[in-house]
Amino acid sequence: MSHASNYEPKTAFTRWLDTRLPIIRFTAGFMAFPTPRNINYLWAFGAILFYFLVVQLYSGIILAMHYAPNSAIAFESIEKLMRDSSYGWLMRYTHMVGASLFFFAVYIHLFRGLYYGSYKAPREVLWMIGVAILVAMIATAFMGYSLVWGQMSFWAVTVITNLFSSLDSIYPGLGTAIVQWVWGGFSVDNPTLNRLFSMHYMVPFVLVGIVALHIWALHVPGSNNPTGIEVRDTEKETLPFHPYFTTKDMFAVAVMALLFAYLVFWVPNYLGDPVNYVPANPLQTPPHIVPEWYFLPFYAILRAIPSKLGGVIAMFAAIFVLFFIPWLDTSRVRSTRYRPIYRWFFWALLFDCLALGYLGSQPPEGNALISARLFTLYYFAHFFLVMPIVGLIETPSPMPETIADDFKHKTHDKSGQVHPMPAE
Amino acid sequence: MATTIDDKRGDVSRRDFIYIATGAFAALGAAAAIWPLIDQLNPDASALSQASIEVDLAPVQTGQAITVLWRGKPIFIRNRTAEEIEKAKSTPLSELKDPDAQVLGAPSGLPATDENRTKPGKENWLIMVGICTHLGCIPKGQSPGDEKGPYGGWFCPCHGSMYDTSGRIRQGPAPRNMEIPPYAFTGDTKIKIG
Repeated sequence: MSHASNYEPKTAFTRWLDTRLPIIRFTAGFMAFPTPRNINYLWAFGAILFYFLVVQLYSGIILAMHYAPNSAIAFESIEKLMRDSSYGWLMRYTHMVGASLFFFAVYIHLFRGLYYGSYKAPREVLWMIGVAILVAMIATAFMGYSLVWGQMSFWAVTVITNLFSSLDSIYPGLGTAIVQWVWGGFSVDNPTLNRLFSMHYMVPFVLVGIVALHIWALHVPGSNNPTGIEVRDTEKETLPFHPYFTTKDMFAVAVMALLFAYLVFWVPNYLGDPVNYVPANPLQTPPHIVPEWYFLPFYAILRAIPSKLGGVIAMFAAIFVLFFIPWLDTSRVRSTRYRPIYRWFFWALLFDCLALGYLGSQPPEGNALISARLFTLYYFAHFFLVMPIVGLIETPSPMPETIADDFKHKTHDKSGQVHPMPAE
Repeated sequence: MATTIDDKRGDVSRRDFIYIATGAFAALGAAAAIWPLIDQLNPDASALSQASIEVDLAPVQTGQAITVLWRGKPIFIRNRTAEEIEKAKSTPLSELKDPDAQVLGAPSGLPATDENRTKPGKENWLIMVGICTHLGCIPKGQSPGDEKGPYGGWFCPCHGSMYDTSGRIRQGPAPRNMEIPPYAFTGDTKIKIG
């Protein structure tokens, strides 16, 4: 699937460069890459995510020019940026809202993969690299939020790092030692902030490397498509990435950018918690410690399990279970389009995640706690029971032979039958 | 793959117009998007508020000198004695290493007379940026016990540049006279620098 281009260097300089560093040939290969014609806008989220990564990198590096990673002045340095610096408010809000939209896009991208079976062979490694990206994003976002050093920043770090003290129940003293090592002291304080800043700056660059691997792994088999059927005829079933999907992706990015602009310029603090505009106070805990919206499902799972260690294990398991999906799903059919039984469970999973998200924002007591436990149960049941079992017992609905059969014009005789027609 | 419709009205087709219009709009959009990224590096409001300072000169007696901080730089303010003024005025321009008055904000080529380096009616006040024009050290001469050098002005201990009572370079490696910052008298003994 690679080397799809017919690149021939035309000038003496390009011939010279091609034998030393074939970067133009490489780029031409990307531009010519055969992409299934029938992919829908859900496939544009890869490009959207790339756009958000670039935005976060740019805005983040600029913020680092103004931010002071010292617990005495960190909060103030951000407020100074917001009020005194030219367009400082724009840089800050861009980075803040960008993080939320980055997660919004990654969840859609992930659920697209779940629905269309993009994780199935031969794309298992591609999927796992994607989960690695998600883990890196979660780490980065958590650390970034802590840098504000508001009440929520401080107490979120305290709560989450305190989780490691649950290891005390495995080996006495181990958890406490690890927690103090992470803190660099006896509580969350300046040493903690300094290392959070260093790591928050570093991990996104690791992320860029993992994204490169992700795109490389994609370009081996090529993109999946809504039918889940692999490309048979490159001529009839694919189009070159440029100009068809570069423009389609640009349009999708533009629509996303519209949403981005609306949030940044009209309601930049809508997705945030006002408690984080209160400077950190180690002597006073906010009444409700709640993470940002994109962490709420995991937070709900953490608090649903009665045991402290159990909750920690469940929360990490909720993310790491994603790595094993290619082997948990036993279906021979890739796309949920043709899986009438599994389809119900897919939507159940989506509803489950949204419900857990809501419950993560509520105090864990009474009906909310019972519901959180039920939804956590379904979450793991979906991966460990539904995916293996349904794949084995399900009869798939009739599938087209090839991609070409799928997107050909339906005939005009209104019979509902698909008749293959010659390619244009 | 694409069908071409020739729609030339004169030399510019409809397609050309769309291309050019889109390109122009995109260029404007890109410029508007990039500008904040560049502007945020400019000094912010709090730095700009340091752009001007006011100094009260009343406590400075004749023969005394003070140093104030303006835009991060030391400013030498000396209330010169009559002798010091006389020495500065009587130096012929041909003896000066740097003939330019080095007044910030004024056109270059102004001769380095003492009149040009002070305000009319306030010739006893010499106000200048106290940074040696060689490599940036702060010359000695502000404190009573300091070495003032053979010209009675300032002496730079780093490489031996010697300045006269008007802050002009006379001997040593420094190429230019010490700069005069933009300032104005807002009262009889009050100035605003910058």
